[in-house]
Amino acid sequence: MNRETHNGPTDQTQARGTPYSGDPQGGAGTEPQPLDKLPLDSWHRSRGGRMVPFAGYEMPVQYEGIIAEHLWTRENAGLFDVSHMGQLLVHGRAADIALESLMPGDFQAAKDMKPKYSLLLDDDGGIVDDLMATRRGDDFYVVVNGATKYGDIAVMEARLPEDVVIDHMREQALLALQGPRAAEVLETIIPGVSELSFMQGGPFHWRGQNLWISRSGYTGEDGFEISVPAIAAAGLADAITAHELARPIGLGARDSLRLEAGLPLYGHDLDLKTTPVMADLTFAINKRRRAEGGFPGALRILAELENGAPQKRVGFEVEGRQPVREGALILDAEGNEVGKITSGGFSPSLQRPIAMGYVASHLAEPGTALKLEQRGKLFEARVAAMPFVPHKYHRKGAA
Amino acid sequence: MPVYFTREHEWISVDGDIATVGISNHAQEQLGDIVFAEVPETGRRLSKGQEAAVVESVKAASDVYAPVSGEVIEGNQAVADDPALVNSDPEGDGWFFKLKLDNPGELDGMMDEGAYRDWVQTL
Repeated sequence: MNRETHNGPTDQTQARGTPYSGDPQGGAGTEPQPLDKLPLDSWHRSRGGRMVPFAGYEMPVQYEGIIAEHLWTRENAGLFDVSHMGQLLVHGRAADIALESLMPGDFQAAKDMKPKYSLLLDDDGGIVDDLMATRRGDDFYVVVNGATKYGDIAVMEARLPEDVVIDHMREQALLALQGPRAAEVLETIIPGVSELSFMQGGPFHWRGQNLWISRSGYTGEDGFEISVPAIAAAGLADAITAHELARPIGLGARDSLRLEAGLPLYGHDLDLKTTPVMADLTFAINKRRRAEGGFPGALRILAELENGAPQKRVGFEVEGRQPVREGALILDAEGNEVGKITSGGFSPSLQRPIAMGYVASHLAEPGTALKLEQRGKLFEARVAAMPFVPHKYHRKGAA
Repeated sequence: MPVYFTREHEWISVDGDIATVGISNHAQEQLGDIVFAEVPETGRRLSKGQEAAVVESVKAASDVYAPVSGEVIEGNQAVADDPALVNSDPEGDGWFFKLKLDNPGELDGMMDEGAYRDWVQTL
């Protein structure tokens, strides 16, 4: 047996050369990279986590199994270790105005303790990274992707004025508790968290430690992201998973959950060749920034907002049972290549293959029938509205 | 019935000149939750090393190669219908295909079960 292609939770460093030796080219073409350990490394191993290389770290891809962990998160509460992500504090004079020179978000109007999704852009409007930025007084707490964090810091430091400084909060771990029972579980450990509404954060305390918690996540479910000093992370993870409704969840289910939620993954669905308009992330550019511009790539992005982009990120429902994964070609009825799949897999909640990809904009309407080609085989697919599984965020005023 | 194992984590159970082929428990553990399996059609001729079946988990797609040459006499429809059978009983009901051996000599030198389990421990 030969493990032919990998997908989702694995990254390029894992695509070949895993310890699993069924791959006859195992290790070929990849230089061994020294991997860092997460603060919770031994915690994951003691819980049966299967560790794989991801974003330069050894990370748990699964514990009991991806499908069981996925469904557990959709029904109860799943604890994710996302400490590989970069936690940055941007501070200094007029940090909000400075950040607007890098990103299309309205940081001047950003309300205190309200995380905003934004995009770090290059001068062509390509996406350098996607991130969450939260105003805390005059400072901004920014969470960026793990695989891109050092590059992001370099880009930001090169472009920010000298009196705006970035602290990389290396001493902080980051946990996410996600699922419909997450609030109930976390409230027993950290009273008051359930009063946060979706996309609201705040400072909390636990056993003498300062925490920063926001009601946000990457699964489409209600849930929280918890920044905790690394030395206290294992204790907090123990306290959370001591609750019968909370279990540790690996990267595998994180990937299948976010795909069902229609959320893009940087390095797969977003990269330097995609713009916010192509990626269907125009909600991250508000009216003032559209009117004023002043962010990298504004000329191109504002033109795309006006006239549309040549390609658009869409979802696909794939016929049959076989997953169609990243790299598969998208073909029109005449067999012309009209795009590429950027994420794909089997949806545990829907029990069918789903995918995400970029297609020529005139074919982006939900319901459009297209073909996908993977390893010489054709699959029938239809453009589908995303999310594939409805979001269940906890919004104020909702039950 | 003698059972042989390959370094590609396939097992071959031999009864006369009929070989039943599947993937090992170690292989299914490494793959994780299996969501798709495609088995070869009856009558297909396979030479040793040729792609014979497909198995896909949530996170990986793999080919199952023919560990020996022969003519397929049956693909296991049960695993095509319920791929999770490969997780629950990889070395039993989760077999992939049976073939009529062209050359039983191809089995010479393959690992027996004990040698395979010992080798897997070293991975």
